[in-house]
Amino acid sequence: MARTDAVTADHTLDAPAPSLARTVLWGFARVFSIVVLIVAWEGLARSGQFTPFVLPSLSSVIERIWADAISGDLAINTGLTVYRAMVGFLISMVGGILIGAAMSRNVIANWFFDPIVSVGFPMPKIAFLPVVILWLGVYDVSKITIIVIDAIFPVIAATLIAIRGVERELIWSARNMGASDRELMWQIVLPAALPQILTGLQVALPLSMIVAVVAEMLMGGYGLGGAMMTASRFADSRGVFAGIVEIAIVGYVLIKAMAILRRRLLIWHQEANEPTSA
Amino acid sequence: MKMLYRYLPLVLLAVFWEMAARLELVSSSALPPLSDVIVSWIDLIKTGELTGNTGASLYRAAMGLLLAIVIGTVLGIGMAWSKPVNVLLSPIVEIFYPLPKSALIPVTVIWLGFGNGSKILLIFLGCMIPVTIGAFNGARSSEQTLVWSARSMGANRLRMLWDVVLPSALPELLNGIRTALALSFILLVSSELIVAREGLGYLIGFLGANGSYDAMYAVVLTVAFLGFAADRGYQMLMNRMLQWREQTP
Repeated sequence: MARTDAVTADHTLDAPAPSLARTVLWGFARVFSIVVLIVAWEGLARSGQFTPFVLPSLSSVIERIWADAISGDLAINTGLTVYRAMVGFLISMVGGILIGAAMSRNVIANWFFDPIVSVGFPMPKIAFLPVVILWLGVYDVSKITIIVIDAIFPVIAATLIAIRGVERELIWSARNMGASDRELMWQIVLPAALPQILTGLQVALPLSMIVAVVAEMLMGGYGLGGAMMTASRFADSRGVFAGIVEIAIVGYVLIKAMAILRRRLLIWHQEANEPTSA
Repeated sequence: MKMLYRYLPLVLLAVFWEMAARLELVSSSALPPLSDVIVSWIDLIKTGELTGNTGASLYRAAMGLLLAIVIGTVLGIGMAWSKPVNVLLSPIVEIFYPLPKSALIPVTVIWLGFGNGSKILLIFLGCMIPVTIGAFNGARSSEQTLVWSARSMGANRLRMLWDVVLPSALPELLNGIRTALALSFILLVSSELIVAREGLGYLIGFLGANGSYDAMYAVVLTVAFLGFAADRGYQMLMNRMLQWREQTP
């Protein structure tokens, strides 16, 4: 999945030192559409064209979020969803990198996993959710399992391609200078493969959130997805819209954090100086 | 023969599945033998349950995806082509991009009910962003020399859009559509599992609730295969469409 940093990163480059007035004007233009969206939402909801069931006003949704925050529900639900998504994501990260690295170095591992990855990656694995429920029940274990099933494939694929793409010269020179297998892996191959592995992780992270929300919606219980589903069953559309806003904020924070982490980890890489694309 | 060797691990897994179920290593309600699953798959085809629900699901996915591709491409190229459009749309794209799209399921149900409309809207909204970003990144990266030479040869803006910008945007655009294709299956199945009256996801949930697990496995495997086949088919199409390029990415 493409990163959106690209959408905004570029414009400062082609404008030669803009004046203060222009900067302010463009800054305003940037938030303009969001302001319009917010005003339109509130305006349409209040105009009486739509029932509060179809479109509750933004202010009432914010009131609802505030009430949830005070009662403590918000913290519990957000915490549980983030916990499940992150545990699933971390297991996928470790497992995916291990499997990918094993496939790149070991013939038997490659023989075994290659068809599984090439067939499994493009499958909609979310369809296995009822099977996972059948096996593991409706609690955290099965929610985290389905997240791992979905999120591990992009990590394996990215790691495999990344390690295979490491320049031969790097490996030869390290060997020549007497690097052991372990040193070669940790000091040469993994750092050189890091940019692409991170790209794989940046696909896996939003996937973990999508699947976490679906699993919670289907299995019920606490969590942001479960809370939205409960609200929807009681025709409480303020609760549903509050859920979307909350999930959107969580998703935004996670993805931004990942982008910052990438910039930090790749500060040595030439990509840090370029505007990103794709 | 080479093909068989390559996919041998999958065959071994299938054999292991059959053995584990037949030898009662696991309870046969949790894992019915593969042969039973195949038998119920044939039954489902005979009764027409599988074909009807597959049709319903594919219709939803195709409509949502088609809308997403058309509108997403127009928005993405518009954003790359004109600065005001970019300034207006990029904050919205940036806000909606990280939203886990499955959160939209209950809202689309509130707006359009349990039928086709809510699923098509969901798939459209979910798949539009990757297409838009692909088209934007592709169109923005069209080589300046190409743009200049087209302009010096007197191409007007519209001609240039069609002859220069669109072809050079194609590789990234097609990649964005591939992401959207995968996403459309995820959203389709999850929304049908959660609320629907027909479709493959509904059928999985219905059979699971009835305890006919061999039939449930049959439908799950069908969905998995459809998603896989769609991606492979799309990849072949993509390679054909990019044949004119010196090297395909």
